[in-house]
Amino acid sequence: MSSVRQVLAAGLDALNRPRRSAWRRNRHGSELAWAIAFVVPYAAVFFAFVVYPVAYALWMARDPALYRDLIASPLYAQTVINTALFVGLGVNVKMFLALMLSGFFMRRRWWVKATLPVFMLPWALPAIPAFVSFHWMLIGEEGLVDGLLSALFGIQGPLWFNDRGLALGSNIVAYIWKWMPFWTLTFYAARTAIPHEIYEAAAVDGATGSRRFTHVVLPLLGNLYLVCTLLSTLWTIGDFTTVSLVSEGAPAYSTDVLATLGFHYAFDAAQPSLGVAAVMSALPVLIPIVIILMCALQTREVQL
Amino acid sequence: MSTIAADARLATRASSRAHSSERLRRYLRNLGTLVLSTVIVVWTLAPLYNMVLISLEPEGDVFTDHIWPRVPSVESFWGVLTQGHWYLEHFWRQFANSLYIGLMVTFFALLFGRLRIRHGWLVSNAALLTYVIPASFLAIPFYRIMQNYGLANNPWSVIAALVAFATPYAIFVFQEYGRSIPIEVDESARIDGASPPQIYLRIYLPLMAPALVAVGTYALLLAWNEYLYQFLLLSSKSSMTVPVALAQFLSSDQSPWNYMMATAIIYAAPPVAIYYAFRRRMTAGLTMGGVKG
Repeated sequence: MSSVRQVLAAGLDALNRPRRSAWRRNRHGSELAWAIAFVVPYAAVFFAFVVYPVAYALWMARDPALYRDLIASPLYAQTVINTALFVGLGVNVKMFLALMLSGFFMRRRWWVKATLPVFMLPWALPAIPAFVSFHWMLIGEEGLVDGLLSALFGIQGPLWFNDRGLALGSNIVAYIWKWMPFWTLTFYAARTAIPHEIYEAAAVDGATGSRRFTHVVLPLLGNLYLVCTLLSTLWTIGDFTTVSLVSEGAPAYSTDVLATLGFHYAFDAAQPSLGVAAVMSALPVLIPIVIILMCALQTREVQL
Repeated sequence: MSTIAADARLATRASSRAHSSERLRRYLRNLGTLVLSTVIVVWTLAPLYNMVLISLEPEGDVFTDHIWPRVPSVESFWGVLTQGHWYLEHFWRQFANSLYIGLMVTFFALLFGRLRIRHGWLVSNAALLTYVIPASFLAIPFYRIMQNYGLANNPWSVIAALVAFATPYAIFVFQEYGRSIPIEVDESARIDGASPPQIYLRIYLPLMAPALVAVGTYALLLAWNEYLYQFLLLSSKSSMTVPVALAQFLSSDQSPWNYMMATAIIYAAPPVAIYYAFRRRMTAGLTMGGVKG
């Protein structure tokens, strides 16, 4: 689900622009009625399909005994570690590479420019075919990766989904493959928005190459980088598709993340409340991230 | 005299050495970017190549470890398009389901999103909530609720969910875009006696056309690419969509993999085409808010 939702990073900062008070000045009588009429349809959808499910989830997971069960279960502890690894490594490696690559795509060479549209393909592609293909590349001797290993180097490739570490790594690599282009494009757009005079002034003062990066680009993009990392973390904690299609939790549920574990509890083990409790246990992490995100959106010490 | 000449000679040699080392450096840098470009292209295309490779296999020849298609065959694509395999009996039905859901979500996201322009600040903070809750965390309660509403296996359950998730983005983009329309336009229309709905229909909608395209594309792709909710809520063969059908292939050990990959490619083609057709617009939408960190 989080798939193309990523695009919406764009609109987020709309929230903290100064509001135009002119709208509110003379709004009474029929104006107010129209205002309400405009709001009602969305408000209805919002309450029926967002507020109600959230309330229902909290109600389903209200029993403290559920959390005692979870903590006692070794599968849950392992899943928490997997989620932390998947999110921590996946998001940070992806963001760092995206920042670096956005600088690479700024170069004025025809082959660099020609690479950009190709590089965007994973973002344009729906997640399902991409992850199904990753699953098949790594399926073992029949997969493309092991086929290549034996054809090029004559070595027998590993069984990727029989080993927890390899399977977890496969999930992370597939995740980075799918989502890195989007964030690269975001940083690329931000870099192109930096006025050229700033670079020139910095070059006069002797800041070129890596110095330009640390003293000019990084301070300007720092807050954006933070906001993007936090948003991406939020979406990745809820990522279901990657793990459910690439490793499918193999071997033996040992690479499941919270979203897929909740699903197993709810639909394979017929314990929906336990499933909801499993995903709700991520709230103590989610809420601070949301708060930091709001703060990061408020601070705009660097404005171009 | 001679020292001056020697100095001059030295200086020329030094400058030509500096020149050639500069040239060497530039050459190396070009080589570096070329290598990196190649790596990026290979990294990006590998999974796609894998899809094409498997889809071109004639049936029964999939479990071999070669890296080129030995006997390329487009039989599988034909099979998918003509629903020639029992796994694919409902391909076109599923394709139409995907399309239907995509179009409906687009329509409603536009409808609700547009309505927000003027008074969006009231609800946009609440809509932000939808942003930050991972959708997968609401999947289980959503499933229960849809069972209660009697909407299981009904495309409208998915449409409702996706509209709820697509609208916040629409609201933000329209708000952002609406801000660029000067308030004077609105005031002069009001002086001429236009009522709010008239202002809305006659003035805002035409002015908002680029934003409508951006949001429409976004909502269509969101709905087309979505998997979890469709997987959960649509399980019967006639109501399911293409991604659910694709995942069904994986759950069996003896599926026709070439058909699966051919289905995957056909399913992936429309969003890729739309993306490249609207690339400029989508990138512009990205810069609209994204760069103001």
